[in-house]
Amino acid sequence: MKPGPHTFSSMQAIEVTDVRKRFGSTQALDGLSFAVEAGQVTGFVGPNGAGKSTTMRVIVGLDRPDSGQALVNGQPYRTLPRPLSHLGAMLDASALQPSRSARNHLLWLAHSQGLTGKRVDEVVEQAGLRDVIKRKAGGYSLGMRQRLGIAAAMLGDPPVLMLDEPFNGLDPEGIVWMRGFLSALAAEGRAVLVSSHLMSELEDIAHHLVVVGRGTVIADTSVRELIATASGGRITVRTSARSAAMTILAHAGATVAATGADTLTVTGIEPERVVGLLSEGSVPFSEVSAHRASLEEAYMELTRDAVEFKAVPR
Amino acid sequence: MIDVLRAEWTKFRSVRGWVLGAVAVVLLTVLVGLIGRSECSYPGPDGRDTACTLPLGPDGTAVTDSFYFVHQPLTGDGAITAHVASLTGELHAHGDTTPQTVPWAKAGVMIKETTSQGSSYAAVLVTGGHGVRMQHDFTGDTAGSATGRWLRLERKGKNITGYEGSDGSHWTPLGTVTLHGSPTTVQIGLFVTSPPYTEIKKESLGGVIATGGATVSTGTFDNVSRNGPWNGTSVTSAADGIPSDAVGYTEQNGTFVVRGTGDIAPVVPGGPSAGATITQTLTGTFAGLIGVIVLATLFITAEYRRGLIRLTFTASPHRGRVLVAKALVIGAVTFVGGLIAAGIAVPIGKKILKDNGNFVLPVSMLTEIRVIVGTAALLAVSAVLALGIAATVRRSASAVTAVIVAIVLPYLIALAPVLPLGVSQWLLRLTPAAAFSIQQSIQAYPQVANEYAPYNGYFPLPPLGGFAVLCLYAVAALGLAVVLVRRRDA
Repeated sequence: MKPGPHTFSSMQAIEVTDVRKRFGSTQALDGLSFAVEAGQVTGFVGPNGAGKSTTMRVIVGLDRPDSGQALVNGQPYRTLPRPLSHLGAMLDASALQPSRSARNHLLWLAHSQGLTGKRVDEVVEQAGLRDVIKRKAGGYSLGMRQRLGIAAAMLGDPPVLMLDEPFNGLDPEGIVWMRGFLSALAAEGRAVLVSSHLMSELEDIAHHLVVVGRGTVIADTSVRELIATASGGRITVRTSARSAAMTILAHAGATVAATGADTLTVTGIEPERVVGLLSEGSVPFSEVSAHRASLEEAYMELTRDAVEFKAVPR
Repeated sequence: MIDVLRAEWTKFRSVRGWVLGAVAVVLLTVLVGLIGRSECSYPGPDGRDTACTLPLGPDGTAVTDSFYFVHQPLTGDGAITAHVASLTGELHAHGDTTPQTVPWAKAGVMIKETTSQGSSYAAVLVTGGHGVRMQHDFTGDTAGSATGRWLRLERKGKNITGYEGSDGSHWTPLGTVTLHGSPTTVQIGLFVTSPPYTEIKKESLGGVIATGGATVSTGTFDNVSRNGPWNGTSVTSAADGIPSDAVGYTEQNGTFVVRGTGDIAPVVPGGPSAGATITQTLTGTFAGLIGVIVLATLFITAEYRRGLIRLTFTASPHRGRVLVAKALVIGAVTFVGGLIAAGIAVPIGKKILKDNGNFVLPVSMLTEIRVIVGTAALLAVSAVLALGIAATVRRSASAVTAVIVAIVLPYLIALAPVLPLGVSQWLLRLTPAAAFSIQQSIQAYPQVANEYAPYNGYFPLPPLGGFAVLCLYAVAALGLAVVLVRRRDA
């Protein structure tokens, strides 16, 4: 009775509600709430120390929140029987007994879920570790450990995956593999929550973003919206017939400003419409480009105030 | 639970160092127990190690059977009555003779199968300090009055009944016994024996020094109901520093003066005729135990050290079950290891002891099994205790130290005669080291004077009682660990 991705219901895969957690004098989580949905990669981003790892530990029941709750498929994680078939997590890829072989590392984990060595061989294949699986885990590079961690998370074939900084230590080839792997998991209908302190790692694969800073959610939005907000919808038009273009576009309701001898900056109108209007009016143009802020820029904008440690100018 | 158990077993067997550690526990237990064997140091009068072979009583117990016997044959029914007019003794030490009546000096009447050592007997006797007793076949002992002086033994058919009286006409029965094998002709008569005198001095630094020597006691009998002729036989096996003319008997006008030395009693280690015990073959247990403690500690602290415990608790959120599964796995591994180790050490150790001329005190099969299985259980439960402490403190070094201080140290201190006896015994009652009592293979006898101390192989608690102390500690440690581990963030 493995709840595979296809039987996954409309329930939120992960639902974190108003979680607070204090460590000594540090308020690590300060009323954090968000939800992770199936069928997409959700990026969980924020500066170091923002509370990403603590949140993930709360989700799998390792840390007990002072208040609030975290549910996986509508249930507290600690009440799930054989929980790795509900949620596969990779929190610390270096948490290994170095003298144990990588295969045995996966084998005890499989046994703890009532699974057999056959399933181990399947995830080893998926993670591309077949040739090195008999080696001692202590000899693994960080990148190999990340793959081993992914294999461990996949053991229970869970509908929900939660990975803490999976790109750490990967070489460029590994990063490409990881992106493809995560996108494929989401395409299968699984919910994938991936944390990172570098937004660029999530560019192109995350559909949704939960941005945290100082233990609270700063933004919970789709990637498209976030970029649109940061870009402000500016369009640059390069044309030899500057005044004709200004007339037509202003007529269509856009705000137009001349920013150079042959360039205009247009706002308040979609780029497709700009191209359509200019073509209709037979106005020659050599370029219509929508200014697109990078995800990184959008993120920097958002978290400027939430960075824990910042160089203070003297 | 089965899943968690299986996972923990996979974890254990997949770390080669731990498996080798379990093998090392077996080797340590066996090898440390086999080194440093001493040879028998009780040369007989002819220079050979005759004293290293002890006579066996009718039930197979190793016995001391040395006394002076004034006897005559008796076929069929019959009786003997005698009045013990006096019993006094003297200590023979360093060439001097000083008056010293030892509490278990014996003078009385006896019916014995033959004059060979170890043969079946029944006796009623007056002691130096423990009143009248009826004893038979070395281990049987019934107390009579403190002041009686008239003794009577009566044989009717197979039954021998002992009596004591305050005069020659009123008799109180003390008990009825039968001789082993029910022989028709037996030896009947008077006997005197006198065990060595031992004085234990406590040194100011806590050590103990035993001084003393052989004693000879003189019993004076009158009103003896049987007429001669009498034979005098010194029943003995070894020279014990007493000139042979110091023992014997005289008779004058119906008054017998009998002088004897030795004892009629089961052999106890530390007593006058020491024998080796099967427990000695397991002295390596403490070394194996240290290995077990390290192994059990690493089984959990290694996970804390690497952060692996988080993965464990993510896979199995019922943390109490994880700890119980770990305890079962490490307990089972160390139990099997202990069983192999003790199963090898006891028979091989016995053989080496015998080859070196030692006399190994015979024990029943049941006792031997209890000692072997008990040793395995001791290691297993100690492993659980170590695991519980380790899960509580989460540090290898402090956990290993704490458990060694709790079990191994009290045992070693109590076994070396450095502390006053009372302190040693309390250590072996209160600390988890009490469980070593499960290795005790020899019995204590109230009628045999001896230092029943840990260093002679005697523990203050009975085998299972001492083991229960360790079990309580282990359950408490594991229980505390479960509570803490469930409450703490991982």
